[in-house]
Amino acid sequence: MAKITFITTEKEEITLEASTGSVMQLAVDNNVPGIDGDCGGVCSCATCHVHVAPEHTAKTGEASEIETDMLELDDNANEYSRLCCQLEISEALDGLVLQVAESD
Amino acid sequence: MSDILSTDKTCVVIGASHGGVNLAFALRKEGWQGKIILFDADPVLPYHRPPLSKAYLVSEDAIDKNALKSKESYEKDNITLQLGVLVSNINPEKKNITLQNGSQQAYDTLVIATGARPIIPPIPGLKEAKNVFPLRTAKDVSNIRAALHTSKNKRVVIIGGGYIGLETAASLKKLGVAVTVLEREERILSRVTAPVMSTFFQELHTAHNVPVYTNKNVNAVITNNEYNTVSCSDGSKYIADLIIVGVGIFVNKELAENAGISIENGIKVNETACTNTKDIYAIGDCTYHYNPHYQRYIRLESVQNAVDQAKVAAAAICGKNPVYNSIPWFWSDQYDIKLQMVGLSTGYNEVIVRKEAKENVFSVWYFKDNELLAVDAVNNAKAYVIGTKFLKGGQKIDKTKLADAAVVFKPNNLLAEE
Ligand SMILES: Cc1cc2nc3c(=O)[nH]c(=O)nc-3n(C[C@H](O)[C@H](O)[C@H](O)COP(=O)(O)OP(=O)(O)OC[C@H]3O[C@@H](n4cnc5c(N)ncnc54)[C@H](O)[C@@H]3O)c2cc1C
Ligand code: FES
Repeated sequence: MAKITFITTEKEEITLEASTGSVMQLAVDNNVPGIDGDCGGVCSCATCHVHVAPEHTAKTGEASEIETDMLELDDNANEYSRLCCQLEISEALDGLVLQVAESD
Repeated sequence: MSDILSTDKTCVVIGASHGGVNLAFALRKEGWQGKIILFDADPVLPYHRPPLSKAYLVSEDAIDKNALKSKESYEKDNITLQLGVLVSNINPEKKNITLQNGSQQAYDTLVIATGARPIIPPIPGLKEAKNVFPLRTAKDVSNIRAALHTSKNKRVVIIGGGYIGLETAASLKKLGVAVTVLEREERILSRVTAPVMSTFFQELHTAHNVPVYTNKNVNAVITNNEYNTVSCSDGSKYIADLIIVGVGIFVNKELAENAGISIENGIKVNETACTNTKDIYAIGDCTYHYNPHYQRYIRLESVQNAVDQAKVAAAAICGKNPVYNSIPWFWSDQYDIKLQMVGLSTGYNEVIVRKEAKENVFSVWYFKDNELLAVDAVNNAKAYVIGTKFLKGGQKIDKTKLADAAVVFKPNNLLAEE
């Protein structure tokens, strides 16, 4: 089981638990505002953009090339940006805090 | 505003797929307090369609892995799902719909999100043939999986070299199945891409041992006890244990048509996704809608269009004045190739190809004179986002710089001098 906390753009904290699936699916299944996951998790829509809490980047590892490219021209992207459909849930993510990115 | 805060209003949605489901959740976000009831003839919890021809087809996953939303998320937002229920009539005067079992459901606002259904062309013998499948629903996929499972020789012929046909071919090849694609036109993807893209995909499939034959007009199917023989008008014949048909769709417009709603190549809607009939909206694949960016009416078959129109309709229903002004985007996954498209290329008169250093990484830029119309990006998300930025911003591009892979790929480096 991993506990994952989303902080919405309205500053609401939502903590959810799961053991499998992607972080995007977890958010979508629980109606976390700002995470739409329109493409179903194949890096095509960028509607699952989050910022990883700086102290947690070791848990998530680095963004892949396609994630970085998809977000390159996004004004709300920064070095902590990830497309959370690419984050597979496991024990390693327990305690992770993610800020839902604004969308333009 | 009082309407949306009223708890005794009912919004009825026909069709619970990408369009209808997104509409329901967007309505709640916009503050709709009344009932929301989604009807769909498909009994399965609404799911993503794109994976049906891609990863899902050859996985062993159950369809719930592909659900658009969990069952609980509907309950949480108080959205009622009526699955496995066919809607048979709309009565705009009485403001109700009739279900297949004869019962009626009243609405204050109605949203038609009925999408489309696959065309099964009237080829002699096709209807009677063994193991013929379209590919649009979860059921179609389970039928294909089951037929493959029991088939000894597993020879598959796909009629139609569009995205669905080609994706299906690539997916099935992963299972080691013998696949042949037959396309009627002189090149695959001819209606949606430039010849350079058709050639690329043709060669890609050939390299994976999937023959893709063009100029193949299938004119008969003959079936014996064991297999089907697919014949083309040039005399060629292909043996098929399974036939998968991917030749396009018919819009599900009949409900709207019978209710007197304006139809033109689909259900005609304005920029707020409203039909010509009061309190009736239409969204997604079933609509013929105005696109301000390209200044014409279009019909699109894409997740982007279904989702964006859903958001626009939800805002309009809740008394806002949204305008549908999206630039279309789409994707396709075949083997290890990821194609991302933005814009609409129809009407182009020049194509610029930019090849990056890495193999199979390139982009095709469609122009009408100096105006960028669309970009096809192959394994090249960077080109996709740069193309999107130019399409949205409208800045002019220096085509020579664009074509030169030595020019660092950044929007500012590609600007035409004024
Ligand atoms: C195999 C496949 C691959 C695809 N790949 C991509 C892709 O990679 N990218 C992309 O952007 N798009 C893709 N698409 C297109 C995308 O899936 C559609 O554009 C999208 O599903 C449209 O959503 P919709 O809600 O408008 O209509 P649909 O998804 O067609 O849904 C309409 C729903 O209405 C229901 N319905 C119709 N009539 C009635 C009635 N009378 N009563 C009750 N229910 C009714 C149907 O059962 C259906 O569930 C793909 C489609 C397919 C089939
Ligand atoms: S869900 Fe589309 S990019 Fe993550």
